[in-house]
Amino acid sequence: MLLISCPHCGPRNSNEFIFSGEIVTRPGPETDPATWRRYLYMKTNAAGWQEERWFHVSGCRRFLLVARNQDTNEIRMVRDYRDVK
Amino acid sequence: MSKKPWPRVWEHHDLESSYDVVIIGGGVHGLATAYYLARNHGITNVAILEKSYIGSGGSGRNTAIVRSNYLTTEGSRFYDRSVKLYENLAQDLNFNVMFEQRGHMTLAHSDSSLRTMRWRAEVNKLEAINSEVIDPDEIKKLAPYLDTSDHPRYPILGALWHPPGGIVRHDAVVWGYARGAASLGIQIHQETELTGIDTLHNKVVGVQTSRGPIATSAVINCTAGWSSLVSAMAGVTLPITTRPLQAAVTEPVKKFLHPVIVSGSLHTYVSQTDRGELVFGASVDPFASYSTRGSLEFATGLATHVLELMPSISNMRLLRQWAGLCDMTPDFGPIIGPTPVDGFYLDVGWGTYGFKAGPVAGETVADMIANGKPGHLIEPFGLDRFEKGTLTAEKGAAAVGH
Repeated sequence: MLLISCPHCGPRNSNEFIFSGEIVTRPGPETDPATWRRYLYMKTNAAGWQEERWFHVSGCRRFLLVARNQDTNEIRMVRDYRDVK
Repeated sequence: MSKKPWPRVWEHHDLESSYDVVIIGGGVHGLATAYYLARNHGITNVAILEKSYIGSGGSGRNTAIVRSNYLTTEGSRFYDRSVKLYENLAQDLNFNVMFEQRGHMTLAHSDSSLRTMRWRAEVNKLEAINSEVIDPDEIKKLAPYLDTSDHPRYPILGALWHPPGGIVRHDAVVWGYARGAASLGIQIHQETELTGIDTLHNKVVGVQTSRGPIATSAVINCTAGWSSLVSAMAGVTLPITTRPLQAAVTEPVKKFLHPVIVSGSLHTYVSQTDRGELVFGASVDPFASYSTRGSLEFATGLATHVLELMPSISNMRLLRQWAGLCDMTPDFGPIIGPTPVDGFYLDVGWGTYGFKAGPVAGETVADMIANGKPGHLIEPFGLDRFEKGTLTAEKGAAAVGH
């Protein structure tokens, strides 16, 4: 079981959340199709720390920014997007 | 029985300073590629680098199911060739791989999945693949222990029946290819980890390993799980996320289940081994990870779903569970072919269906190395399809479909 400490709901099982993958910077709307597709598909897929997005679908229904180690599943940061500058 | 000791079939070799081709990964894909390079093209100055022991990754962790009833023409054509190679593999390798074509049954629990199955059956028939939709009465005859009544929450409405599908002993496939490749002069280096890929002017010139450097002009990435990391060493980014997939076996019981049963809606597939154990697999875990640790959610979810299909096995006990790493691509198709780096080739992104493709991937990748360009079977699966936007759309038959 992977526990995610939701800033609103406290520690919850990861199956309350929807994982939506590593965070990739979105290019501007004027960019060419090849760059868009690179943004859509290409991943770093690090075997270590990664910043990713989770949606607490069965809880507060907030989008969260999570720093998780993909090798060990250790989590060192969970923040609501509202609090991310 | 001969009293003579059996000779070692793949020797330990010192690392040479250069090879014509270096293959990363000693699983079914890497070993088959090496075998066909040597047998079909006479290219034998080849090294296989395996960081652990051969077959220690996905090749030894899958549920050993083979089939070719895919949804797209590209997919069915490709996997049909693989089934044909599996049919003759024991003779080719002179090694019993225990391929049993027991038939492969994908259950439909909803009108929409029944519709997709009719579609798949028609695509398959055009490729001369034996594949048809059957009703619950026929299902009951083929697998009497399945609950085909209308009591379950997801009743069985029909199934896609694929007689050439079946199961293989996956270790035997690994050992057979390793023995075949080694006897043709290919060097298998176990416990040899790749640590870097050297490029000069966008061209591969060598690799760095835990046992020293090797000069080479051709490197093939045949890894699963770590394919993004290996490709990053050559400066190539992949559209891949790594997901664990868990599987489990029960204690052995007397034979009662002949075909392979798959249920996409219930996220499970099951077959009974020759030893009598039931082997279960699931869909990939709900989040990406390189960890192969099992979870309780998997075991409880699996039990719930399997008992929906076969309530009578409720007293059987699970013996063990494990996980393997799957490289998932956005369109559920593999990535095979050259990359922007000259001399760096890919045979990755096999998702949850890499084992069944091992022989055909080996054969076609070997052709590509020998001829300098991908053949027609693998052309649709190039890395450039993601930038061009020509994805393959195999999800309907590959997401849980085993």
